[in-house]
Amino acid sequence: MTNLRIKWALFVFTVLLFGWYLLPTIRFYSLPANPPVAQAAPAPNSTPLKPDSSAFTVPSPTSTPEDTASDNFHYRGSSNPSIAKLRENAMKLGLDLQGGVYLVYEVDLSKIPPKDRKGDEVDRAIEIIRNRIDQFGVAEPLIQKQGQNRIVVQLPGITDPARAKDLIGKTARLEFRLVKSRQELFQALAKVDQVVVHGGAARDTAFADTSAVDSLIAGKNPFSGLFQASQNDAGYVYCPAENLDKAKAYLKKIQDPSRPALLPGGTILLWGERAFGARSGNPGQYLYALTASSDLTGEHVADAQVAFGLEPARPNAAGISLTFDKRGSAIFTRLTGNNVGRQLAIVLDNTVKSAPVIRDKIRGGRASITGIDTDVEAKDLGIVLRAGALPTDLILQEERTVGASLGADSIHKGVLASVVGFIAIAGFMVVYYQLSGSLSVLALILNIFYLIATLGMLRGTLTLPGIAGIALTIGMAVDTNVLILERIREELRGGKTVRGAVEAGYSRAFTTILDTHSTTLISAVVLFQFGTGPIKGFATTLMIGLVANLFCAVFFTRLIYDSMMARRPLEKLSI
Amino acid sequence: MHEIFVGTRYKFMSKRKYFYALSIALSLMTVISLVAHHGPRKSVDFTGGNVMMVDFHPAATVDDVRDAVKKEHLESAEVQMAEENTQAIIRFSTPGEDTANVFNRFEAQIKSKGITTTLRSMERVGPKIGKELEQKAMLAILWSQVLILIYIAWRFRRVSFGLGAVIALFHDVLIALGVLSVFNREISLTVIAAFLTISGYSVNDTIVVFDRIRENIGLLRRMSFADVIDKSVNQTLSRTILTSGLTLLSVISLFFLGGPVLHDFALALLVGFVVGTYSSIFIASAIGMDLSNWWTRRKARAEARTTKTTVAASS
Repeated sequence: MTNLRIKWALFVFTVLLFGWYLLPTIRFYSLPANPPVAQAAPAPNSTPLKPDSSAFTVPSPTSTPEDTASDNFHYRGSSNPSIAKLRENAMKLGLDLQGGVYLVYEVDLSKIPPKDRKGDEVDRAIEIIRNRIDQFGVAEPLIQKQGQNRIVVQLPGITDPARAKDLIGKTARLEFRLVKSRQELFQALAKVDQVVVHGGAARDTAFADTSAVDSLIAGKNPFSGLFQASQNDAGYVYCPAENLDKAKAYLKKIQDPSRPALLPGGTILLWGERAFGARSGNPGQYLYALTASSDLTGEHVADAQVAFGLEPARPNAAGISLTFDKRGSAIFTRLTGNNVGRQLAIVLDNTVKSAPVIRDKIRGGRASITGIDTDVEAKDLGIVLRAGALPTDLILQEERTVGASLGADSIHKGVLASVVGFIAIAGFMVVYYQLSGSLSVLALILNIFYLIATLGMLRGTLTLPGIAGIALTIGMAVDTNVLILERIREELRGGKTVRGAVEAGYSRAFTTILDTHSTTLISAVVLFQFGTGPIKGFATTLMIGLVANLFCAVFFTRLIYDSMMARRPLEKLSI
Repeated sequence: MHEIFVGTRYKFMSKRKYFYALSIALSLMTVISLVAHHGPRKSVDFTGGNVMMVDFHPAATVDDVRDAVKKEHLESAEVQMAEENTQAIIRFSTPGEDTANVFNRFEAQIKSKGITTTLRSMERVGPKIGKELEQKAMLAILWSQVLILIYIAWRFRRVSFGLGAVIALFHDVLIALGVLSVFNREISLTVIAAFLTISGYSVNDTIVVFDRIRENIGLLRRMSFADVIDKSVNQTLSRTILTSGLTLLSVISLFFLGGPVLHDFALALLVGFVVGTYSSIFIASAIGMDLSNWWTRRKARAEARTTKTTVAASS
């Protein structure tokens, strides 16, 4: 009895545990896939904003993410931190199911003479691609190095491969731009507020009237109110993650390259790299006010290497040793001479990668960047600086685009096929094996539950072949049940009691079950090793399904039989 | 209680020649079909090239699509209509041009016939990657067979049975390949995945029989080897038929309802599972037995020879 109790406790524990892991998947996929159309429209406002720094305050507790969330920002692709967390913990859909672009690039090294190769060409190319895709606004891009010189780029949800390819294929643009003063930054932000207020709601006066109170609260500084001012006197502000979607949407409208510059005084507002925030535990991003025309471009960077011992105070800290070409060194000398004490931002493809302070006038074309926190950061910055002029070509070797309609269609068909297969199998089991068959069906359902929960737990990806894998798992799982049930029947025919037959049935079938699972597992592991994308998904579901099946068909059903027979021996078994 | 195939006493082993003949015939069919089609028909995954899948609204005719493709000079284009002419799969090879551009040209051309089209999927595989994927696929199939052989030989302590199982599953994959080739279906990455699944599944069925043989050899010492195998196959027959039938239900439902992407995958599985069940009943243990007998005879002969020589030496 106590043994049974422990087993039941174990069973309930696993159900709760896996249920916990299944929860994010259920919650995430019950969200709408896309933002409501109204989301992009700026909030209606009536009062213009004065350039007034008092607008930048730490948001009070009442305006937590919940409030911004009510601004219709709850959708699957949102960068809202709670959604992002949910997305991270939910089972993922493969590109073949949600639609997207899969690209394989080869870095062509043949044009560089072997003696000039630095060995980091592929890393530099990856850095460039990552940087560009960050701006593309893909919810979960995946950029991986494959083998020696290949780069795999997966962009879920993107169904316009031409744009993605354009963005990735163009040459990188590295620039140095001076960071503006705090006053100029605030002026620029205020200007954006103004444009948002007037440009956005000028015609919609009726609406502004009815929601006058709302616009008084939210409308005073619709753009600048999304930011928090930093402590020091620098020309940048911090945007918390929950405001990012909104802030980016506003800024995109105002800084549209096709419209004349709206910002005062030759200022441009550019976002800092995402990783800045992530490193310090903040998922938000910084916004910098910079000079609109670049002060120095990346083509003048001759080399940039990680170096140690640049700072007497921190002899072990990594820094960057930077070399300019002849023209570059002239520009750099003048630039640093005139701007000692200011920050000079390193901008790659319109993203601020770093903004070191100019300490002295630097002559001779050699400079050091110090004060970098970690070796990794130094290495990354080195890659960025060298990426300015990537001497290699990216050759597109493989391209697979799945339209969203095909993806949705595939989900629908795959699920339908699995459900129909399941119903057919379940129907047969119940008719043929009656009560014991119903128990097997229960074990099958449990199997699927564990399978999907485990996919969520491992942050695995469900692909169309993966759904086929689930259908197949159902077929193979039923095999285990049939093996056991047939064996029990055989033992019953041999004249054993119900208890004896069940015991013998399970123990004799077990060796066979172990063998069949092992060989299928061998195939699945080989498949996983060999496969790419969708096929890996198939192998994954097959592997998880096999293991889950061992638990469901052997442990769970046995537990039920034992519990049925615990009080009094059964005379007859419905089998 | 419902029962099927219980208490049967079929004499499988005595008739094994007929089953060998059938298997050889099916394998020959595969070889002939492959020769006639100049090898398996490889998809772009392996040959490199382009495939686009498009939707039509309203339905287009094959001629509409062929005409559009011809007018836009898509190189070596092949058109395949699907889903009652509301979809088409078009293979082409214009390596230099951007795929999006190709679709735009096609779209404009088909629009002039009053049909709107949307892109469902577009695939382009470079020849280099295709070649690599092909090598990888071959290696994967080879590896899975070798590993399964090792596993069975280890578990059953008989290389002859390991070989029996692997020959049987090689036969299953070969015939599945043959049927796809007869119907002129493409071998793609997903079909390779189906082949590997067939290997796993077929050996699964075989192992159930082998396990029973191993168990019965200990119990029924007086019976001849052939009778033990017959008894074991008969004892597991109801299970084999039942589970194969049930798994086939999943596969049939994938075949009919899974959509065009899974169609060839499901077809390969369907053939492979049917042949796999057949081979584990009729072929695998028969080969195992014949190999094992041949082995014993050879050993006996070798022993006889050594005894003779020792006798000769001692006399």
